[in-house]
Amino acid sequence: MNLTPLNIVFWGVAGLFGVGLYGLLITRNLIKVVMVLQILVKAVVLALVLAGKISGNLGLGQSIAATVIVVDTIVAVVGLALAVQVRRRFGTLDVSKIDTLRG
Amino acid sequence: MDNIQYAILLAGAILCAYCAIVSKRILSATLYLAGISALVSTVIYKLGAMQVAVIELSVGAGLVTVLLVYALSVVGDDALDPSSIISKPMAFIVVALTISILGWMAYTKWAIVESTGSIVLADVLWQQRVLDVWIQIALIFSGVMGVLGLLSEQKPGQTGDVPL
Repeated sequence: MNLTPLNIVFWGVAGLFGVGLYGLLITRNLIKVVMVLQILVKAVVLALVLAGKISGNLGLGQSIAATVIVVDTIVAVVGLALAVQVRRRFGTLDVSKIDTLRG
Repeated sequence: MDNIQYAILLAGAILCAYCAIVSKRILSATLYLAGISALVSTVIYKLGAMQVAVIELSVGAGLVTVLLVYALSVVGDDALDPSSIISKPMAFIVVALTISILGWMAYTKWAIVESTGSIVLADVLWQQRVLDVWIQIALIFSGVMGVLGLLSEQKPGQTGDVPL
């Protein structure tokens, strides 16, 4: 296989996404869940830019990547605010201990 | 030479991601996350997407790091390390299968197209994707309002119930 820089970036995206997915499966801390989602979205942004480069339409890839970055930042902000409230209310950030819906 | 540079940057990003996940202290994980942002933005810059590289560096390594440090200052950086929800070997197998299937599906569709010409990001953003920009603005305002509501504390004696 002829290894070009784009091939290397492709496998880098796969590796980063895989590590993020692994983290999402094993972590139980709410703030760490938000951080792992950040890792996954970085892989997605890199994949979007790579797809734009491969398809010859880098402008479109960049615009969608910028949209994804903005949305992800808002998700992180709201997720961290929720984590702060969960900690204040339940006294823990362990997701397995906050699985009962009670007032 | 380009191959080596890309390989080093991406290997560094994957290593920082793994260290962020296994780190016991969340503050250390936050710093590793900033490192991932810096390395990924360098790769994006080398691919030719300069504007997105700058956005990724400033937002990912700057804003998100500040937000995480603020959240940690409020909740405290407990060295929490409970056992994982599913066993780590099972998680590794699931991830390996998923990445193999996704990688095979994407790699078979690989076809590099010759660039039709330089397409300016501003033209795409403000003409073809202008709806995306307006939705992002609305999302930002909604997110700010939502966070202000979530972080507001109730005054003593206030139940939060609306009287009928």
